[in-house]
Amino acid sequence: MAISSAPIVSLRGVGKVFGSGVVALDHLDLDVRDGEFLSLLGPSGCGKSTALRIIAGLSEPTRGSVTWAGAREGRARDIGFVFQEPTLMPWATVSANVYLPLKLTGMGRDEASPRVLKTLSRVGLREFADAYPRQLSGGMRMRVSIARALVTAPRVLLMDEPFAALDEITRFKLNDDLMALWRELRMTVVFVTHSVFESVYLSQRVVVMSARPGRVFAELTVDAAARDAGFRTSAEYAGHCRVASDALGRAMQASPGVAA
Amino acid sequence: MSDRVLRFVLPAVALALGVLAWDLVVRVNALPAYILPGPGLVVSTLVADWAILWNSLIATLETTLAGLALALIGGVGLAVAFNQSRLIEHSFYPYAVILQVTPVVAIAPLLLIYLPQQAAVLACAWIVAFFPVLANTTLGLNSIDHNLADLFRMYGASRWQVLWELKLPSALPNMLAGLKIAGGLSLIGAVVAEIAAGSAGAGSGLAYRIAESGYRLNIPRMFAALLLLSVAGVVIFFLLSAFSHLVLRRWHESAVSREG
Repeated sequence: MAISSAPIVSLRGVGKVFGSGVVALDHLDLDVRDGEFLSLLGPSGCGKSTALRIIAGLSEPTRGSVTWAGAREGRARDIGFVFQEPTLMPWATVSANVYLPLKLTGMGRDEASPRVLKTLSRVGLREFADAYPRQLSGGMRMRVSIARALVTAPRVLLMDEPFAALDEITRFKLNDDLMALWRELRMTVVFVTHSVFESVYLSQRVVVMSARPGRVFAELTVDAAARDAGFRTSAEYAGHCRVASDALGRAMQASPGVAA
Repeated sequence: MSDRVLRFVLPAVALALGVLAWDLVVRVNALPAYILPGPGLVVSTLVADWAILWNSLIATLETTLAGLALALIGGVGLAVAFNQSRLIEHSFYPYAVILQVTPVVAIAPLLLIYLPQQAAVLACAWIVAFFPVLANTTLGLNSIDHNLADLFRMYGASRWQVLWELKLPSALPNMLAGLKIAGGLSLIGAVVAEIAAGSAGAGSGLAYRIAESGYRLNIPRMFAALLLLSVAGVVIFFLLSAFSHLVLRRWHESAVSREG
């Protein structure tokens, strides 16, 4: 799949210093291109989550600028956000959880209902619409969380280590399903992870970040025709992983005070 | 014997032994009824004086439930007001605490001077009952999932939506825990005020009956009234527990029995 070169969002010289004096980001230049699957890979504390929150508008940069292409700026419906935890409302059913973004942006239940059910079908949870989150497994909860992010049909899906807490088998399955959703919906995905293998498997572009100060350390392109079980075991995949691991290793050496 | 059976059998056996010992003490020492009536006499007094005691019980229960209802409204209302406005919180929270820590026994005589008796009794019930609702609801309103709060912000939720869709449901388990405590306290407040009003008032509540029976050395009736008060307190507690369970049973860990 070709990557269009037009950036949908551009970060220029973005810095973030927290009130405690911790410098999370120093000087981040990053273009997210329309329609691409981009991973931010880096050690803990490199500010990759902070960068994602700044893109989402959940955190204000201390320095620098975030520019959205076209008239998208500040439009909530154009962003979907998936946290590391499923972050569901335990008192609400699966369908009510997925309905939430539409409800908050003023859509009535009758109008929203078909969209909610369609989105639940997309993540394979159509028959769990009336279940409560506690009745679901960790992987299923994460699917609900993804459905909630997708229900507004956002142009950009932001994911903050969404599968880090899941077991490997569930993670592989969710990776494949996420790939299918990305191909079908043709959205832009920014995926934060600390897993080399996950980032290489999913992304067209991997941006490796270093910590203290948090900035872009290296960038690599993963050019693969198919992302499937065959790709996961291919020499091509292993080669990309080696390059990414190497970059991550050097990024960590360049990050004083970050333990492996 | 199963744990479940033991939980009912053991207290019953302990009760039977206690009543038996009580009866023996009275018989062996040939205690007159105005010193210590035997359990049989207490029960027969309860039956004989049922009409008077029942009316008194209803009067006390009315005060208790009205006090509880006002405590729920006042406690939740204040908690929401405190949560929405720092100004209101800082202005009034100290006085809520002062109202709580000042013994209600000491406040009751003053209230009885300035308010009609029924209003004064109700005010006492309210004063002791509202604080646990306020404190617990405040805790609940402040314990929201921060990622969920971010999500609400991202979708441009209004202040009202955050309160209604996120904060109040999050606070519901705490609110109900506060209500459970408030039920017993409201009864205590009503009883204290009735006792304080006792000699002066035209009261008709159970505590008034206890005070009145005390002056007349009608000790069996004192015991009978006391018995009814205890039973009333226990019933209130179980009703509120059942209510809490009913409301939370679908989603909250406290109300869900583990399977397997």
